[in-house]
Amino acid sequence: MERRDIVIIGGGPAGLAAAQRFRELGMSATVLEREQKAGGVPRHCGHLGFGWQSHRRIWTGPRFAAQLRADAADLDVRTGHTVLDIDGDVLRIQNASGISEIAAGRIILATGTRETPRAPRLVGGARPRGVTTTGALQAHVYLQRFRPFERPVIIGSEWVSFSAILTCRHAGIRPVAMIEAKDRITAPRPGDLVAKLVFGVPVWTRTRLIAVEGRDQVEAVEIERDGRRQRVACDGVIFTGDFVPEASLLAGKPKVVLAGNVHGELKTSGECWREGRAVAGKIAQGMS
Amino acid sequence: MDDLALSLRKADGTVKNQFEIAIIGGGVVGLAMLRRFAMAGVGCVLLERGADILSGASKGNSALLHTGFDAPAASLELACMQAGYAEYLEIHERLNLPLVKSSALVVGWSAEECAKLDGIVTKAHANGVSDVRAVDRAELLRLEPHLSPAAKTAVLVPGEHIIDAWSAPLAYAHQALAHGAVILRNAEVTGGEFSRGEWRLASKSGPITARLVINAAGNFGDLVEAIARPSPFTITPRRGQFVVFDKPAAKLVHAIILPVPTERTKGVVLFRTAFGNLAIGPTAEDVQEREIAATDTGTLERLKARALEMLPPLAGIGVNAVYAGLRPATEHKDYVIEALPDRNWITVGGIRSTGLTASLGIAQHVQRIYAERFGKLADTLDPIWTPVPNLTEDRPRPYMSGGEIICHCEWVTRAEIAAALDGPLPAGDLGGLKRRTRAMMGRCQGFNCSAHVEALFREKTRGAA
Repeated sequence: MERRDIVIIGGGPAGLAAAQRFRELGMSATVLEREQKAGGVPRHCGHLGFGWQSHRRIWTGPRFAAQLRADAADLDVRTGHTVLDIDGDVLRIQNASGISEIAAGRIILATGTRETPRAPRLVGGARPRGVTTTGALQAHVYLQRFRPFERPVIIGSEWVSFSAILTCRHAGIRPVAMIEAKDRITAPRPGDLVAKLVFGVPVWTRTRLIAVEGRDQVEAVEIERDGRRQRVACDGVIFTGDFVPEASLLAGKPKVVLAGNVHGELKTSGECWREGRAVAGKIAQGMS
Repeated sequence: MDDLALSLRKADGTVKNQFEIAIIGGGVVGLAMLRRFAMAGVGCVLLERGADILSGASKGNSALLHTGFDAPAASLELACMQAGYAEYLEIHERLNLPLVKSSALVVGWSAEECAKLDGIVTKAHANGVSDVRAVDRAELLRLEPHLSPAAKTAVLVPGEHIIDAWSAPLAYAHQALAHGAVILRNAEVTGGEFSRGEWRLASKSGPITARLVINAAGNFGDLVEAIARPSPFTITPRRGQFVVFDKPAAKLVHAIILPVPTERTKGVVLFRTAFGNLAIGPTAEDVQEREIAATDTGTLERLKARALEMLPPLAGIGVNAVYAGLRPATEHKDYVIEALPDRNWITVGGIRSTGLTASLGIAQHVQRIYAERFGKLADTLDPIWTPVPNLTEDRPRPYMSGGEIICHCEWVTRAEIAAALDGPLPAGDLGGLKRRTRAMMGRCQGFNCSAHVEALFREKTRGAA
């Protein structure tokens, strides 16, 4: 069985930054990335706002991800490597040629986070096409150049919900409204004004999504606004935010150190990058 | 049969439109019958209104293989279930179909329910399921240590098993195709005329001529029946909603946990799936809608709460999926399976929640009706076995021998997706691709892979157009 001192699971900003920091400190780490390209979520965030904390530049997500890959060019980054499970210090790994194992001295879990999709929210109604999350929408728009709908409603009002508006705008998609169950939006205030005035997307607070309608594609949503039910015509629904850690590898309670968004509370890619470096520094200190 | 030659495609490769038998409905029952007749050398066509097979009642059930221990005594339903059960056990390995030998426990949660358990054992024995027995509280807690302590006593049904509602009918379809059957999708039957011993059906895929028609139209059964006669039954779709929990939940329970049934329904069941999840459902709600199986938040919340009540360690385990199915219930207690010899028509209606188990048995029964009333069968040819790709965790899956994983929650490879978009019965829509591969059916519900999977689907279907 292959043995490595340090294995980092996840090649996003946190994982790649940790690997780079280990090298600066004279140690070598192996990054296991399940996608065919490292870079993590920024790969499909086509709007500006990435790179300031790490490189003092303001880039789009894909540009930032490309820079992270370039920074890691001579590191041991293995793409197309999926960690199936962790048993003690042994990782079971799938790649193009089958299943293998690595025994790791230390394991860093940097597998990030994902939005809560429709099902766990227990939203009722039919199950037509055109229901997505911000992350999936970005992958449709920026990676596949595809518009899954023209007039969606956006569920939620976190920072990422505004990212959904930007993604729509980029693709020429015109959201019908942004819907928030609480009294005010989750992202800081004048966000709702920005949505309305800059992007022309009305923000409806105290509004709950009740059900999705449609046979093949979404045709409408039923909402409850200020206690009154109404039907809003649309052809898509974007569920935004309510992030949950991508932490299924923790099921067997392995001894791992977490870095980046897998912690739970949502951080920017720059903060994840910094945390990856900090975690690497701390581990290196303990090992020397 | 004198029309055997009709079962062949024309020499120029075009699909012919004259058949011995036309089966209306591409659910599990229609496909099981198509398989049986095709394997007996009869020229058959199956007409399905949806873009893919299993677009109706057969796609939203609990995927259990039942012994019939609680079925109505001496009913056709019971006979078909037991024959279907036996044939599934006989053929599942050759078709690479799963069989998770879970057993089931009918659990009494109150004194009133426990009082009914003896009767359940007696009935099971009368139905010929002789290994069913009572289980006291100590044994129940030993068998299922995570079950709520509110569980009192139970009945153990060792022969109840978990299968996969999708792969079995897909395998029947493939085996039928291998024996020369024709499956037409997007082929809703809009009318028909019977004259000179022959049916001329109008369908959205064009006209079809067949000597005999079998109505297996599920939730549309009474509407299709009206082509032949005033329907002797009326379908009132019975909706069943389900909640599916993430994979760690499946370790919490071994047996299928059944409630003590009421007059109306088998009740809400807690069961593992062949894919390694845990699910609860179905509800039983009479609806008018025949096509769209909608869920509602209140019911889903109650189902989730009931699951947590029965299995407290479920708390904190996420919900992966929710879905609903529509079962074709009628005003009759039993299945409506009968022949109209002077109309060359066989009715197979009102196949409710037991259709998956009973389908192979129904096919045997209908074949007997055919042989008695309509014509002799050729000697069965050497069967061609068409194993389907395995989707379940209890058998080897393709990712284990390498390849590029596209869906990371369910570990679905690029090669599996390519295979599902190819072959004699490629996925007809995105839902069909999901069901054939399980891509996008895991905990992230497509957050990571949906754009990629949908692009592969578009690429393939554009190529075909």
